[in-house]
Amino acid sequence: MSPSSPLVFSNVCFGYGMRPVIDSLSLEVKAGEVLAIMGGSGVGKTTLLRLMTGLVASSSGSVSVFNQSLSGVSHQDLFAVRRRMGLLFQFGALFTDLSCFENVAFPLREHTTLSEQMIQDIVLLKLESVGLRGAAQLMPSEISGGMARRVALARAIALDPELILYDEPFAGLDPISLGVTARLIRRLNDALGASSVVVTHDVAETFAIADRIAVLAPGKAGARLVAVGEPTSLRESQDPYLRQFLKGEEDGPVGFHYPAPNLSDSFFGKASRP
Amino acid sequence: MSTPTPPGLRTRVESLGGSFLSVLEQAGAFLLLFLAILRRLPVLFARPRLVAAQVHFLGNYSLAIILVSGLFVGLVLGLQGYYTLRRYGSEEALGLLVALSLVRELGPVVTALLFAGRAGTALTAEIGLMKAGEQLSAMEAMAVDPVARVLAPRLAGGLIAVPVLATLFSAVGIMGGWLVGVGLIGVDQGAFWSQMSGGVAFYDDVLNGLVKAIVFGLVVTQIALYFGYSARPTPEGVSRATTATVVVGSLAVLGLDFVLTALMFSGF
Repeated sequence: MSPSSPLVFSNVCFGYGMRPVIDSLSLEVKAGEVLAIMGGSGVGKTTLLRLMTGLVASSSGSVSVFNQSLSGVSHQDLFAVRRRMGLLFQFGALFTDLSCFENVAFPLREHTTLSEQMIQDIVLLKLESVGLRGAAQLMPSEISGGMARRVALARAIALDPELILYDEPFAGLDPISLGVTARLIRRLNDALGASSVVVTHDVAETFAIADRIAVLAPGKAGARLVAVGEPTSLRESQDPYLRQFLKGEEDGPVGFHYPAPNLSDSFFGKASRP
Repeated sequence: MSTPTPPGLRTRVESLGGSFLSVLEQAGAFLLLFLAILRRLPVLFARPRLVAAQVHFLGNYSLAIILVSGLFVGLVLGLQGYYTLRRYGSEEALGLLVALSLVRELGPVVTALLFAGRAGTALTAEIGLMKAGEQLSAMEAMAVDPVARVLAPRLAGGLIAVPVLATLFSAVGIMGGWLVGVGLIGVDQGAFWSQMSGGVAFYDDVLNGLVKAIVFGLVVTQIALYFGYSARPTPEGVSRATTATVVVGSLAVLGLDFVLTALMFSGF
């Protein structure tokens, strides 16, 4: 583990009640890299992001952000860590009663004592970087889902974070927005000198921008890491789960069908109908 | 040999116990949230604009319904009061009856009930939808405490808005009573106002009514915030939460009114 790693997971386990979600996961985000975390729907990727931001606490193991362990951390210390992070939610989570401008200005108003003129300049610069300076005065209800996510991205980077976390940034985007967003993530990471964690299951775009990729697979005791490495090495991997996931194949370790009784039993009355 | 407990009875006892524990758990969560908000109230002195915006928002939401209701309650009080007082030849005391009824009871109680139905449900739905849209989580992720930034200004707003609305309700109600009593029926104008000013005590009546309004404002707003904050982040969850706000808020106002009246006016 490098001392400059902004984020380190050490044997982290987590579950919601009796349902295990993460199984003894160890992972490190290196300074300056874009790390993609991939895996099927519901495998626990978003939960990983929530663990990284301290929105939920691990049941065992430790999550360390900027060399600060999040286990038993005080409210003040947790907020100090979060001020150095930016989190992009899957659907943007914009404040619906504020305009795009005010959404981006929100963290600046809450955490700084900058003048109104300075806030205006920063907000317009951030909106310009996501191509939405012209939409500054629009309300979230007046823009598309893809635009909302870009405004949310501008808000996430308003305080120039050292670590940016993206939750499914490509979900539901058209091909143009998808390509633009992917390149934007790479460009912002390099321009800000930050580190980024992208949680996604979009293979093509992720392989184009990520420095390393971690792949999660479901297990009986929760999600576990099956591979971590550079895109080229993962493409050449012979791991059956990885091959099935990357190529989108129906046959493989992960079944397409939810466990059910035999088909003929369901239709001819031997099994109870739903 | 001991007789085994019938399975039906056991299920019912378990269900009753489960319900009791659930109510106890909710009461604990309600109290903890209230304490958490109270701890953050001093932060608002540094940001009075947040509170002013909420007073404006909550006050505006309920103002029209409060004024119209106050007028109709006053009109009805004027009529009913006149016909009752006439039996005893005390029509001149109509102003006093209308004023005392409004200032002591109807002003704070009806205002709080209307506030729960109008602004309270709006508060619950707003907080519940913010939760469903991950806006509260987004705030936390931005190192902004949603209890301090969202809940505390709203509690302070309700605390200020309800007494002001109750005062307006009583004032408009008295005007309604005057319209019916003096304007329509012909009760002596001088007697109407002099009986009122002579019989309504500032500390015992006006101030106690104001204290009731403050308590109701605090309780109803806190109930609305609690149900919004603890709502399940689904359309059904938000819908259930808004219903709960009206039901629990109204019952709390009526129950508290009895307790406060007993404490204030009965010399307990």
